[in-house]
Amino acid sequence: MDNPVFDRIKTDIAANPVMLYMKGTAQFPQCGFSARVVQILTHLSVPFNTVNVLEEPEIREGIKQFSNWPTVPQLYVKGEFVGGSDIVTEMFQSGELQTLLTEKGVPHQPKE
Amino acid sequence: MAMGISDIEALIKAALPDAVVTVEDLAGDGDHYAATVVSEQFRGIPRVKQHQIVYAALQGRMGGELHALALQTSAPD
Repeated sequence: MDNPVFDRIKTDIAANPVMLYMKGTAQFPQCGFSARVVQILTHLSVPFNTVNVLEEPEIREGIKQFSNWPTVPQLYVKGEFVGGSDIVTEMFQSGELQTLLTEKGVPHQPKE
Repeated sequence: MAMGISDIEALIKAALPDAVVTVEDLAGDGDHYAATVVSEQFRGIPRVKQHQIVYAALQGRMGGELHALALQTSAPD
């Protein structure tokens, strides 16, 4: 299927090992759910890139279709959709997120 | 129009008849909910898929008229 928005998303999640589609920026999240995922990634000292969907309406719609997921934030690790804020939070609390990052070779370390 | 607790429960139960569904109105504003869904159909499948099943049951309302639904899914113990 020829879809320029999907192509852009595929390029972005391939180029960035940890990619967060969110509302606002890492410095200034504009939604509580996005802020929570930023907080977890920051806590784990994970290097990550973000796309602010509020500034990119095409991506905002496209990302929902791309992953068949109705909401933002959406976290991708090494090109794979991990989940939204509920799943990321649950995985962080259980340690699964840290295991996934290790398996995918993403550097991380909990802040002291 | 905002959705009520019973609307959310009914949609989920329609798609997952065996599910034990608990919906809580977090802020009392009919807009921010938390749902726990326990169903045998979730056994052995990844969390993303489990949530997608619930979102599908909500028939496109999630992210639209249903703004915030914190979701926890699991198979029965």
